[in-house]
Amino acid sequence: MKLTDLSNDINEWFSGSGPLADIVISSRIRLARNLAGYKFLSRCSNAEKSQLLKKLRDVLMSLELGEKVFYISVDRAPVLNRHFLVERHLISRHHAFGKGPRGAVIAEKEFFTAMINEEDHLRIQVLKGGLQLSKCAEQINHIDDMIEQKVSYAFSPRYGYLTACPTNLGTAIRVSVMLHLPALKITGQIEKFFNAAKDMNLAVRGLFGEGTEAAGDFYQISNQVTLGISESDIITQFENVIIPEIVDYENAARNQLLSEQMDLLDDKISRAMALLRNAHLISSQEALFLLSHLRLGLNMCENMGASSPVIDTLCKHTRQGNKADKRQGISIATINRLFMLTLPAHLQLNYGKSLDATHRDALRAQIIRSALNQGL
Amino acid sequence: MQCQICNKNDATIHLTEIVDGVRSEMHICENCAQDQGIAVKSQIPLNELLSSLLAVQPTDEELFGPSEKMTSTSCSNCGFTLDQFRKEAVLGCPYDYEVFEKPLRRLIKKAQNGKTTHCGKVPSKTSVGTKKQMKLITLKQRLDEALQTEDYELAAKLRDKIKKCETQSKTTDKKI
Ligand SMILES: [Zn+2]
Ligand SMILES: [Zn+2]
Repeated sequence: MKLTDLSNDINEWFSGSGPLADIVISSRIRLARNLAGYKFLSRCSNAEKSQLLKKLRDVLMSLELGEKVFYISVDRAPVLNRHFLVERHLISRHHAFGKGPRGAVIAEKEFFTAMINEEDHLRIQVLKGGLQLSKCAEQINHIDDMIEQKVSYAFSPRYGYLTACPTNLGTAIRVSVMLHLPALKITGQIEKFFNAAKDMNLAVRGLFGEGTEAAGDFYQISNQVTLGISESDIITQFENVIIPEIVDYENAARNQLLSEQMDLLDDKISRAMALLRNAHLISSQEALFLLSHLRLGLNMCENMGASSPVIDTLCKHTRQGNKADKRQGISIATINRLFMLTLPAHLQLNYGKSLDATHRDALRAQIIRSALNQGL
Repeated sequence: MQCQICNKNDATIHLTEIVDGVRSEMHICENCAQDQGIAVKSQIPLNELLSSLLAVQPTDEELFGPSEKMTSTSCSNCGFTLDQFRKEAVLGCPYDYEVFEKPLRRLIKKAQNGKTTHCGKVPSKTSVGTKKQMKLITLKQRLDEALQTEDYELAAKLRDKIKKCETQSKTTDKKI
């Protein structure tokens, strides 16, 4: 298994399927674990880290996950490959550019990843498309149990799973849902969403981009409190209350655009289409921003029956080639592919070598033009 | 510096992207950032929460509570001190939670929305003793809550349960 095998396609969780996938991109659950009898990583020598790495690698590679897994020696991987893994949400930035011996175990379809020697000895995650937190929880709980058969976790009766940083203490669970909220953004209501999230002790951050938050209107919302509330309570709250509420807000904003601000919507979509189909240099930021508006237009056309000269043109385009099948031509899947494949490291890995910013912008523009002008 | 998009306003937002050692920068104003869908960080990310707590409250007393002069204490297992914790915001070993229990308690409470006791999954290998201990901790916490809400009937029931739990663990201790 090579990274280039992954790089010319997108992960299953970003393929545009799963419950509520027009707004909920993906669901992720991550658990932090440390082994009893070892110091936390900040106090470990490289020799101790190597020992931990070998032990955990052997345990993880021997698990029955129903899917092939491969191992990446992160500290030895080329910088470009590490960027790629971060863009794909397989490892954290902290893990990619940290210090000392460390690795990642990745399942072939990318639903499961383990980071060894990140901030904690072990961090495991399960990722699925759409709103599927209960399924993620079931799966990660099972994997955690299998690992625990072979190692002893650091655990305290009072504080639960012991983590290097007290902010992860207790269940050591991080539940994250990634959302596409372009209509809240366009209608100027996104700040309300930030404030509501803050009041509920939830963290919001951007999904793509670096040094920026929420490029392309993608937001990741996750729990901050890990102690004194059970895993199932956190998950139920997310799945039954928090996320459906945000989805309702976004849908209300989409309806508001349809009924009151059609010109604004038409304008955003036609500008996006014109630029994306004609530009010869396009930055990652700009591409994310414009593709977001196309994704919104397509979703509103397919799911809400939105109609206007602009949207009809866009939709006609989606049916190009085969009138009976909407999936021909531009589809949500095409747009999702473009989001992922035009990210800087994806672009370069597929091209086969590193490129400077201008060449990246040219290549990105070319890929987008050919996809939107001919269908992918 | 002028905004690269409108060429009018002052650029107050500076975006940097480093890919494969190549650095590209963008300098824009807040208006254009809004237009571009770049929301300026409106919340403290999780891992920065602790360092910000630490930065805002620099003295031991403010950080860990009054009469806690723990800077000289170090963990016998890993040599960790609270001074190092202030710098790195991560602990040295699992045992530190015991060594520095008192000073950390306050900080944990702050970072965890007032909570100080685990609730949720327990490793299947956990010993019977640990499970009993956890039950006891939970009962004592519920007792505190009952007393706070002045539910004395519940409090009395909980006290009986705690007593029973404590004598039970004593007898099992003797057997061992
Ligand atoms: Zn500007
Ligand atoms: Zn220690």
